[in-house]
Amino acid sequence: MSAAEPLLRVEDLRVEFATEDGVVHAVDGITYEVARGRTLGIVGESGSGKTVTAMTTLGLTRMQGAQISGRIFFEGKDLVALSDGELRTIRGNEIAMIFQDPLSSLHPLFRVGDQLVEAIRAHRDVSKAAARERAIELLGLVGIPDPARRVREYPHEISGGMRQRAMIGMALANEPKLLIADEPTTALDVTVQAQILELLERLQRELDMAIVIITHDLGVVAEMADDIAVMYAGRIVESASAKVLFGGPEHPYTWGLLRSIPRLTGSREEQLVPIPGTPPSLISRPSGCHFHPRCPYAQPDHSRIDPQLEPVPGEPSHHAACLLDASLRARLWAELHGGATPEEARASVGLPAPETPPAEALR
Amino acid sequence: MSAVDPLVQVRGLVKHFPIRRGVLIQRKIGAVQAVDGVDFDVGRGETLGLVGETGCGKSTTARLVMRLLEPTSGEIRFDGEDITHLRGARLKALRREMQMIFQDPYSSLNPRKTVGSAIAEPFAIHHMLEGRHERRRAVQELMETVGLNPEHYNRYPHEFSGGQRQRVGVARALALKPKLLIADEPVSALDVSIQAQVLNLLREMQRELGLTMIFIAHDLSVVRHMCDRVAVMYLGRIVEIGSGDALYGSPRHPYTGALLSAVPVADPSLAHRARTTLSGDVPSPANPPGACRFHTRCPKAQELCSLEDPPLEDKATGTLAACHFPLTEEEIARIGVRSAA
Repeated sequence: MSAAEPLLRVEDLRVEFATEDGVVHAVDGITYEVARGRTLGIVGESGSGKTVTAMTTLGLTRMQGAQISGRIFFEGKDLVALSDGELRTIRGNEIAMIFQDPLSSLHPLFRVGDQLVEAIRAHRDVSKAAARERAIELLGLVGIPDPARRVREYPHEISGGMRQRAMIGMALANEPKLLIADEPTTALDVTVQAQILELLERLQRELDMAIVIITHDLGVVAEMADDIAVMYAGRIVESASAKVLFGGPEHPYTWGLLRSIPRLTGSREEQLVPIPGTPPSLISRPSGCHFHPRCPYAQPDHSRIDPQLEPVPGEPSHHAACLLDASLRARLWAELHGGATPEEARASVGLPAPETPPAEALR
Repeated sequence: MSAVDPLVQVRGLVKHFPIRRGVLIQRKIGAVQAVDGVDFDVGRGETLGLVGETGCGKSTTARLVMRLLEPTSGEIRFDGEDITHLRGARLKALRREMQMIFQDPYSSLNPRKTVGSAIAEPFAIHHMLEGRHERRRAVQELMETVGLNPEHYNRYPHEFSGGQRQRVGVARALALKPKLLIADEPVSALDVSIQAQVLNLLREMQRELGLTMIFIAHDLSVVRHMCDRVAVMYLGRIVEIGSGDALYGSPRHPYTGALLSAVPVADPSLAHRARTTLSGDVPSPANPPGACRFHTRCPKAQELCSLEDPPLEDKATGTLAACHFPLTEEEIARIGVRSAA
């Protein structure tokens, strides 16, 4: 994916949760890396395992009884092998996280400033007064007007956009090397979203921070990310640089995502092509390629063979986990990109229809 | 920009929610000006989109049209009839003509009722199809129409996915064959791959049944896809209204321009188009700025904007906009969302 020594390298990470109904395979053997100063976008729908991946990096799934295997190297240290105490010195310090919902991530009974002071003093041996100075400075840095007054306010007294800024300020308190942002703008209006994304870009430049941004919004990753990983049912099904991925996506699931969102510049006549069916249960996943029951291009053996994430011929940094032949995929995407429906695309490359039509209950 | 034969006409619609203080003796100390003087028409068979940020009054406007809220002042006409102050039996009769689809398919269905009885509810309320078999057949037909398996009649909401539940919502709304359908953020709680299923269903239903629709969403791409005409709201007012093509292609109000430029586009080659970032947050509707309400955040604001309220007027590029200093050709081009076509 990128440079010589990555800041974060996740290797064959698996996270499973035992529940009454069976084992939930939340994350199923994923590998990725992020270099200093770069942004990785992880895209996927609910239940694709993207949030669990992030939480595991911070050791936050440990207490929930998760079975974790694989390695997470951060600056060469394997975070999976660290003790809770050691991890605590890294979390909120060198690796910080911001969450989707800023209202439930700030404590409602403590002033914003006190929460920032706590975050600073958890990792630095500084006086309360010095920490308070730093808190005001941080709120100013994230663009909150009149920070000296805002530090004394409670979370309910400030707007959603400002809360998210305060959260970002708190995450940046100790100048992390890696910031994990889980749906950082999903709860916000577009104009505020634009402000927050711009803020993240600016801070990244200033602090040379690496960012992992987790989102379902293809627009957000297109604007923010250098590299993109698309997750489906706990696995990465496609990864590439943003330019390459949007220029020539390889996986039918990525095609489905791109064809199912209306475009701002699109015509009113444009027909959306939804992905049939619904994302699978992570307890009893479909056999073979997990996407095959929803895939319009699935062939009989796709329900038996498990595809591996493999480089795309001629594009070594582009990986896809698809059983279709690469040249066939290129022709299919060319058809789809030109506006063909999956049926038309299939017909024009001479691919037979799937044995069982994709999730027939829904059109 | 009024339609030829409008189904809905709204004139000078105002809704102020009083802010009261005191426990026993309540004094009115102010008002949230949720909707403050809104005019629009919705033509028959047309889809009008309402867009704007949280608190701009788009949902309140819809609820006023539905008569779920009592307007403070103004007039609402439906099918030529003044419905602003209808009551009792006539209001109930009107309710058959207009139906609503809500945002959250998880909380808008009663978990203890089968989806069959949820869809049959409108029939029960309006004493239609009293025979059990008759009603059941009607419900199953509706389920079929919206792409649900009619055999799942006796299942409970928790057995359905989000997208399927939203289909139940659509079926229920269509049960009485309404003339007007109001969809309030119908897809924002759904996953991307499921959104398109529901959007396609709504468009199909509209084409087949000749429905008139008011479509509320904060996602500008979705609104573009669904609507013939679009009204942009800011702090209880319409700041710009026009056909989808004109509004997205030549937005004249700086707020419309800012909204469009703020939408992240799934195309890295467009990612670095000029973004007009508005500073700050939307002011409180309890205490909106005077004159042009947008002047406190507007990149083009001048002195006049804080003195005089601009009227909503024809800007000669296909939209009506309420602005003293509308966007120029150059500024529009910089937003860069104009479609290639």
